[in-house]
Amino acid sequence: MESTRTKQAKDRWNWLWEWANPVKFMALSGKALPWVIGLTVISLTVGLVWGFFFTPEAINFGSSVKIIYVHVPSAMMAINIWVMMLVASLIWLVRRHHVSALAAKAAALVGVVMTVIALITGAIWGEPMWGTYWAWDPRLTSFLVLFLFYLGYMALWAAIEDPDTAADLTSVLAIVGSVFALLSRYAVNFWNQGLHQGASLSLDKEENVADVYWQPLVICLAGFVLLFIALLLVRTRTEVRKRRIHALEMRERMADA
Amino acid sequence: MIALLLRDLRLSVRAGGGFGLGLAFFLIVSVLVPFGVGPEAEILARIAPGILWVGALLACLLSLDRIFQLDFEDGSLDLLATAPVPMEGAVVMKALAHWLVTGLPLTLAAPLFGGLMSMAAPGHWWMFVTLLLGTPALSMIGAFGAALTVGLKRGGLLLSLLVLPLYVPTLIFGAEAATRGMAGLDATTPLLMVAGITAGSVALLPFAAAAALRINLR
Repeated sequence: MESTRTKQAKDRWNWLWEWANPVKFMALSGKALPWVIGLTVISLTVGLVWGFFFTPEAINFGSSVKIIYVHVPSAMMAINIWVMMLVASLIWLVRRHHVSALAAKAAALVGVVMTVIALITGAIWGEPMWGTYWAWDPRLTSFLVLFLFYLGYMALWAAIEDPDTAADLTSVLAIVGSVFALLSRYAVNFWNQGLHQGASLSLDKEENVADVYWQPLVICLAGFVLLFIALLLVRTRTEVRKRRIHALEMRERMADA
Repeated sequence: MIALLLRDLRLSVRAGGGFGLGLAFFLIVSVLVPFGVGPEAEILARIAPGILWVGALLACLLSLDRIFQLDFEDGSLDLLATAPVPMEGAVVMKALAHWLVTGLPLTLAAPLFGGLMSMAAPGHWWMFVTLLLGTPALSMIGAFGAALTVGLKRGGLLLSLLVLPLYVPTLIFGAEAATRGMAGLDATTPLLMVAGITAGSVALLPFAAAAALRINLR
């Protein structure tokens, strides 16, 4: 009884674990990649063009409000990519799927770039709005701390030669780092009151940003998610190929010796 | 485990270059800051808790690579791993030894060095209390960072890049508690948060550090 039920449960999730096989991953991602890239280009073009050229200028904001179409999606992705790295690290530690570890590694650089984009666009937006490029506001500060966490994570990957050891240690760091990143978020909140407005988008609120801005923003958000998936697939494929080249080189060296 | 603690303490006292160095570094920081900022007593007194906390944090960082590096190089870490003492216990003892030779002297010296920064009378007490509650967390988090980088040839710089972001919450709450206490405000919340971070680190991080050591010894 028990065994058939667990077997059924396994079958239900099989489509997911199929991806963990590097050969199947390469085949599937190779087929999916052109579609993802196409959708990314379409949604980013539509969202950004709509946002930049076909929305009215907001009162008190002028045209500076239009940077929201880059700022909000990149900030959202910066946090979500860290969460994705945490999940991938856990999968690696529990199930030892190499693709999972490589995906976490591949995501880190995208995440750090998103963090930098969010910080820079925020500074550009902050200058006309708050009169300063930088303030020690809780949100800004915690993004800077998040940036440092990304740097440490990537530095640890780069420093360790053995790929499996590197994957293990960075996974442990990702778990501990997540706890401390969360703690820092609340510590920083406690430490200083901020200029930054509250969340402008959430599912449980009656009123978000006005609809004229909201619709293109949602398309931009989708575009950034797709962009991340596309970049992640490309970078993970590169990592898998690098791993294969390494294995081939090792085999050749063994054959020579 | 007690034997391990005594061994580590004896090593750090007798081997030289470990025990007093962190303290001397802390003193130099407390002397250099007035040179950089200027001798005005009000400014110094205002920034003193922050400077002392950052100084203690950096002094702690200096000696972190000693926690596991020497034992890794001469093979005693492999012996520890095969010993009947669980790895987690060994990590706790190592962190405790590190705290006894760096964190505790820093805590005891901080009120004194606060005097150099024209700190007012209740401030000494607050520096002592916050550092006493906070420095064990610094040693424990540091031990985790040292366990991650123990296999690396030149891990020193990487170690600081990994550990300093992890120090952020402890620093914020510790310095905040000291500042509030000095100003006569209610400092209960940050004080409890510092104590909570220390307790949580001591309870959970040994497992992460031991896991990292096992991976490095594989």
